[in-house]
Amino acid sequence: MTLGTFILVSLVKILLALFVLLTAVAYTVWLERKVVGHIQNRWGPTRVGPFGLLQPMADGVKFLFKEDLTPPHVYRPLYIAAPMIAVVFALTSIAVIPFGNWIAIGSIYTPLQIADVNIGLLIILGITSLGVYGVALSGWSSNSKYSLLGGLRASAQMVSYEIALGLSLVGVVILSGSLSLREIVDAQAGHFWGFIPNWNIFRGGQFVAFFIYLMAAYAETNRIPFDLPEAETELVAGYHTEYSAMKFAMFFMAEYANMITVACLASIMFLGGWRGPVFGPEILQDVLPIFWFLLRVFVFLFVYIWVRGTLPRFRYDQLMAFGWKCLLPLAIANLVITALVVALRA
Amino acid sequence: MLHLILFSVFGLICAAAAVNLLVQSHPINSALSLVVVMGSLAVEYLLLGAEFVAAVQVIVYAGAIMVLFVFVIMLLNAGKDERTKGSRVSLFIGIPGVTIGSVLMAWVLITHSGTRSVEAGALPGDPRQIAQLLFHQFLLPFEVTSILVLIAIMGAVVLAARPEALQPTEEKN
Amino acid sequence: MVPLSYYLVLSGFLFACGVTGFLIKRNIITIFMSIELMLNGVNLSFVAFAAQWHALSGQVFVFFVMVVAAAEAAVGLAIIIAVYRTRETLNVDQVNLLKL
Repeated sequence: MTLGTFILVSLVKILLALFVLLTAVAYTVWLERKVVGHIQNRWGPTRVGPFGLLQPMADGVKFLFKEDLTPPHVYRPLYIAAPMIAVVFALTSIAVIPFGNWIAIGSIYTPLQIADVNIGLLIILGITSLGVYGVALSGWSSNSKYSLLGGLRASAQMVSYEIALGLSLVGVVILSGSLSLREIVDAQAGHFWGFIPNWNIFRGGQFVAFFIYLMAAYAETNRIPFDLPEAETELVAGYHTEYSAMKFAMFFMAEYANMITVACLASIMFLGGWRGPVFGPEILQDVLPIFWFLLRVFVFLFVYIWVRGTLPRFRYDQLMAFGWKCLLPLAIANLVITALVVALRA
Repeated sequence: MLHLILFSVFGLICAAAAVNLLVQSHPINSALSLVVVMGSLAVEYLLLGAEFVAAVQVIVYAGAIMVLFVFVIMLLNAGKDERTKGSRVSLFIGIPGVTIGSVLMAWVLITHSGTRSVEAGALPGDPRQIAQLLFHQFLLPFEVTSILVLIAIMGAVVLAARPEALQPTEEKN
Repeated sequence: MVPLSYYLVLSGFLFACGVTGFLIKRNIITIFMSIELMLNGVNLSFVAFAAQWHALSGQVFVFFVMVVAAAEAAVGLAIIIAVYRTRETLNVDQVNLLKL
């Protein structure tokens, strides 16, 4: 592949991935309102379009045309930069996520992934850890006590749960012996005992790690039951109390994009990525892996929303105690046992 | 050529952010320019091929240490720096001295250091090879640093906790 | 192709900025950040020399520097919090008494 086609193919992939991601963000919001509505015995959005399907667009238009208020007491440069930081880092992490196998379009043979790097997992962890700045700076620069409390809580919570999140993934890395997301998925190919797929959650015994990851991911994305940074009942809206219109929408987008990234990572690390039964004509064989991958992501997002509709919020000291005294030792124990098993098997 | 362009762009960003750290009077601006320094340094590491080091630089430095700094600045609500009056000696001797010294050093490094030119990705720091080194050749230092980190964690807890929080309490609910 | 000396100049510049910051700043947190800047400058020259000698141990050393820097940051910031609690200031010029 020449440099020219490489750049062209990469650009197309970037645009496509961004378009899909942003649409997914918009419709995750719709899904959330709909599902939480049904859980609470309501209808959710129904007025705009059939089943309220055009609601995200109406919301987008509303966000665009609302007045963009800047309170007089804020520290302007950071106040403006904070939502951008949040949304940029949330969208960047999609760059290394593989959506499916290699495909051939004409003479071009390319992976369904923007960049296939051999440290993909580390890059995702790095970018998500940078996302803290958006939240922390918005809390600080708003110069209001609710925002500051929300920002402080968010940065403490995200830094704490990042450790459990990272440690829960190390077991998978030991099992597959690679940091490249594509190789991790490839290591999960095949079946054992005839029918059970070789996913890390079954074969590798990463069952505990999977649940640690799930809970740490909820805390990392500031979702219920760990949504202390934006706890409506005590902090108004937490770190984005002082934001309005498009700047608020950016935080919103960042949160949902982070959810989608976390769901993608979970399906890649634990559930075999795009692995699934592939059959039929060639075109179907190309499309089916993507479908299986998106199905897993959808299931994760649904569980996210389901949990939101079911569980109450933790208290802040409970949250910290849970992270440090429960999740972290469990993750370390899981890591040690996995390492032992791998070492004894070798 | 591309290597030189990328090096200069990110080197300039890095240097500008480092100067900005000195110029800014509010600690949070200094902290953020330090984050920029670290991010652009990660790119420089990538250019030298040290991909693992670059990733760890972002995760540990930019993602953990600097978040800690920002957190403490927020927690203590640190305000603007009070500037102490600069002395005249520093103005008339210090600044020219530093300029001359650094130009001299740069000149010596560029012309007389006897270093080679490197291509982009000169020494690929593959995670596997790094792990080989880290867990075989450098195993003892690795374990020692892990103990150091453990001691540091406990020290930080003891130092930062309020004195009354460390007293054993009679009743615990 | 970039001469390795350019990397060394950049590294030296970062270190010099760190030293300057350490000397002219009065806020204890900024002083602390200047130390991190110095460490970063040194790290860059480690990686550059690793490329020069084709020895990965240079990169491993950077890893150790980072770990020690993390430990140092944790303890240092804890000390800063403790100092602020007793003195209510972050200005190093005003933290000049052994006993209150």
